[in-house]
Amino acid sequence: MDSALIPEGVKRCSFGKFMVFISIVSAVLLWGVYAMLLCWLKGLNQTNMNDYYGFALWIWADLAVIALGGGAFFSGFLKYLVGKDELKNIINYAVLIGFICYSSALLILAIDIGQPLRGWFIFWHANVHSMLTEVAFCLSCYFGVLCIEYIPLVLENRQLNKVPFFHNFAHNLHEIMAVFAATGAFLSFFHQGSLGGVAGVLFGRPFAYREGVFVWPWTFFLFTWSAAAFGPCFTLSLTKLLEKISGKKLVKDNVIELLAKISGWMIFTYTIAKIADTYYWAVVTAPGKGQTLMEFYTGNAFYGIWILVLEVIIGGLIPGLILITNKGRKNKYLLTTAIILACIGVSVNRWVMVLQVMAVPVMPFDTWALYYPSWQEVATTILPVAYGVLLIGISYRYMPIFPQERELNPID
Amino acid sequence: MFPGFFEWIWDGGHMLFMGALWYALSIIGMGLTFCLIKSAIETQQGKGSHHGDGHGHH
Amino acid sequence: MSAKEQKKAKRFGMVIDLDKCTGCGACMVACMAENNVPFKKDESNKLDSITWMRVFKLTNGKEYPDADVCYLPRPCQHCEGHDGHSPCVSVCPATATDYSRETGIVSQIYTRCFGCRYCMAACPYHARYFNWWDPVWPKGMEKMLSPDVSVRMRGIVEKCSFCFHRYQRAMDKAHLEGRRELAENEYQTACTQACPAGAITFGDLNNPGHAVYKLKQSPNAFRLLERLGTNTKVYYVSEREWVRRAGDNYLAHEKTGQVAAAH
Repeated sequence: MDSALIPEGVKRCSFGKFMVFISIVSAVLLWGVYAMLLCWLKGLNQTNMNDYYGFALWIWADLAVIALGGGAFFSGFLKYLVGKDELKNIINYAVLIGFICYSSALLILAIDIGQPLRGWFIFWHANVHSMLTEVAFCLSCYFGVLCIEYIPLVLENRQLNKVPFFHNFAHNLHEIMAVFAATGAFLSFFHQGSLGGVAGVLFGRPFAYREGVFVWPWTFFLFTWSAAAFGPCFTLSLTKLLEKISGKKLVKDNVIELLAKISGWMIFTYTIAKIADTYYWAVVTAPGKGQTLMEFYTGNAFYGIWILVLEVIIGGLIPGLILITNKGRKNKYLLTTAIILACIGVSVNRWVMVLQVMAVPVMPFDTWALYYPSWQEVATTILPVAYGVLLIGISYRYMPIFPQERELNPID
Repeated sequence: MFPGFFEWIWDGGHMLFMGALWYALSIIGMGLTFCLIKSAIETQQGKGSHHGDGHGHH
Repeated sequence: MSAKEQKKAKRFGMVIDLDKCTGCGACMVACMAENNVPFKKDESNKLDSITWMRVFKLTNGKEYPDADVCYLPRPCQHCEGHDGHSPCVSVCPATATDYSRETGIVSQIYTRCFGCRYCMAACPYHARYFNWWDPVWPKGMEKMLSPDVSVRMRGIVEKCSFCFHRYQRAMDKAHLEGRRELAENEYQTACTQACPAGAITFGDLNNPGHAVYKLKQSPNAFRLLERLGTNTKVYYVSEREWVRRAGDNYLAHEKTGQVAAAH
């Protein structure tokens, strides 16, 4: 029924099957939209956030998708600026994932603010000293870049590409893509960093606060580094997932292994830096503010030292070590384990830098505050996931996302 | 966001931050405009139209 | 600001004598009435109810007969931080909260705030509150609201303003009388005046003629979380060492009152 829209030379499931998939995901999406409307119409009292938890699940989701979506800017940086040409075989997918992640992040922010109609104040009345201002500016600009990177993919759809202007436009955008990729890398460097800075500058919160260089706390650099390191692992994870679902090999192993190797070294070096940062914070920064390391991990029902081990060792050092070894990358199971652990590791890091920051008491007579999200918060957090699944489904079906697919899966 | 607003101060912070922002925005804007104009000219010259012909609609 | 203006600049602040505070909560009530602070039918959940002034109960953790209790009223601490960079002001992305170099008061611009709540994350004192609901007043009460203080809508952050409208009113009166300076008793906060024990003293911390100027120099004076560098303008006084120690985080070997960050 929709065969005219499907790229030439590739096989897709039947239209009926595709519609069943679309319907199921759309149902989840609608659930999320309903919760989103509740939040917009009735206000943030629909959430379980409170005055101790001004930042909660949404901000974590925001930080996590932006970190995971970092695969787009880093892959673009590697392909267009460093010259790793093989990555052209995975860059489309990285861009698509980045586009989904960043549009989701902007949507979550629009739900998260108490007065969504005043959202533009952040630009109009910008306080240039606030990390959040920098995040808002760079995030929005970079989303513009991602749109520019995603548009040619859409225009390369078999039918759209027949329109001469669309064909020319897509071609011309490709021609100067390096300029956009460079701008994207520049913007990403800053907003990823500023997201780290959001927590790092909180000098009233010893758990989050870090020293740094000039106006940037160490978390600024750690966040940028980790997004570049772990983002590609998310791209690889979703590639593996799509290969599993479609039952097809979509990207050649050498491309996967190259990205895994670069990601591995980035993760490994990041983890060393993170350990150094944690050590300095534990023995100098926090005690300087009167708190010891173990105060942050005891005296409550949830946050124990396990979360630090999960983040830095299980979700950092182990995947890093697996991915830097040739054997680890060649072994299918080890590779999959490593990229999944890496995604968990960076997500835990973002969780800690948002939710644990809120949970830890600062005034000596204050108590730990634990929080669990309301269903509206959960639904609006699942909403972008459903939206992402939908967009990947549609894009994969109708656009030439994987240049090697035809070669790897010849149709007789 | 713009000089003249009461939050605006002519200090290094504002000039650096907003300078970088407007610089990035102009690169994106100019790049996009360049592509749009070039594509429009090329389309007018008949380039790319062979993609529309021959294959027909199914 | 020129050196002359700097000299004239006020630093309004408080000194709260914790040994006098009985924990009666009159300051909290006065504050809510004065500032049109909204409330819910059920105010038992202190995590989502608004109390610009909140009285904390501190205990020394000992058993009878050594058990001791202290009540600690906590308004916004009006941090100066380093050179006006208080924790909340520096992070607000929309310049909706401001540090006044003329008065030392940290203001909140309700019509500017768009509810990102970053300032709440930044404040270690939990002095900032979010309007999770639109304010609903019991029938007829809306006629009793203070005309000097705007009510706040859902979705924005609010906090203690040191009854700034009282400062404006006093200044208006002074200007009409051709004066530029206020007498100490012309500008007092609602909580100060409501405290039956006289535990709260308010005034210009820079003015040697004001009571707070002397009171803050007491060897028993301390500020909350002083070592974080928040540089607050609310001082507390207590003769009890455990109370002074409860005002900050101390490592086991550190002596009470000897760890404050320099300014």
